[in-house]
Amino acid sequence: MKKLLVLFILAALVGVLYPLYESFDGNTELSEVARFYAKSENVQKVNSQNLVTAVVVTYRGLDTLGEVTILFLTAAIIAFFLKKESEKRTLRKNSEIFKTASKLLIPIITMLGIYIFINGHLTPGGGFQGGAVIASAVILMFLAFPNMEFSHKFFESLESVSGLVYVGLAAFGAILGLGFLDNAILPLGKFGQLFSAGAIPVIYSFVGLKVGAELSNILNKFKSVQADN
Amino acid sequence: MEFKIITTLLGILMLAMSLIAIYHKKMIVAVIATGAVGLFASIMYLFLAAPDVAMTEAAIGSGLSTIIFFYVLNRIRQNDKEGRESDEIDEIPNK
Repeated sequence: MKKLLVLFILAALVGVLYPLYESFDGNTELSEVARFYAKSENVQKVNSQNLVTAVVVTYRGLDTLGEVTILFLTAAIIAFFLKKESEKRTLRKNSEIFKTASKLLIPIITMLGIYIFINGHLTPGGGFQGGAVIASAVILMFLAFPNMEFSHKFFESLESVSGLVYVGLAAFGAILGLGFLDNAILPLGKFGQLFSAGAIPVIYSFVGLKVGAELSNILNKFKSVQADN
Repeated sequence: MEFKIITTLLGILMLAMSLIAIYHKKMIVAVIATGAVGLFASIMYLFLAAPDVAMTEAAIGSGLSTIIFFYVLNRIRQNDKEGRESDEIDEIPNK
């Protein structure tokens, strides 16, 4: 009886979503909302080559502030619940290939993450993506060198300082009279260069550092409560 | 035309992986299948012209989320090892 009900609900979902699948063919030009942001005078106002970054940081910047707050809340909750520190673990020795390859890969992955969030206004990417890639490098360090100490104070202070600078830059726009999170507080520059689009590279760099430090803290909390067998 | 073929194939692969994640007996295979669903979703986002979302999904959904699941699996096994045998923890009991 329960299986019949589940099948009926699934069939109803298929019936509701099928017209969406039928009526989809690829767009040959931008949709109406995208055309508004791609109009030449709106692009000149923000002057960033990556339109998605312009929308995320400037036009809908308050939503980005909300997302950063949610990430911070998650990290705080995890740090609140996982408090028991573990003893020293005796783990199997890692193989030589793994350790040597990790020594080669970790700086390259970190550099890729930093490149992604510095060039957030020119190429696809941005703060959140760069932060996630930096956290991947940190997890590789945890797995390859398990006895290396994780400096808690450094990551926590990095995260707090980045969050404060991000909110400070946002409020700066309001103080100078242009609007909350406006990016014209620094010179707009030439379209397509690294030092263009006002405050967007600075904002996204601090968001990237904050997200990377936060995810590394979360991973360290999960790692430190593993006890020995 | 090829767009519809490739995206339909990707959709079928995602469905197959998620069915494996639900119905397989061993937990480790289920966790890896969940990571594979995220990977195929990231490829599909690239076909739908959203490279930012594809990058985020690949890094977080297919990488970090799987690793956190493995940490949790390790912790559950230790907590249960005091009372039971270690073979029973990897498997899901039959209905």
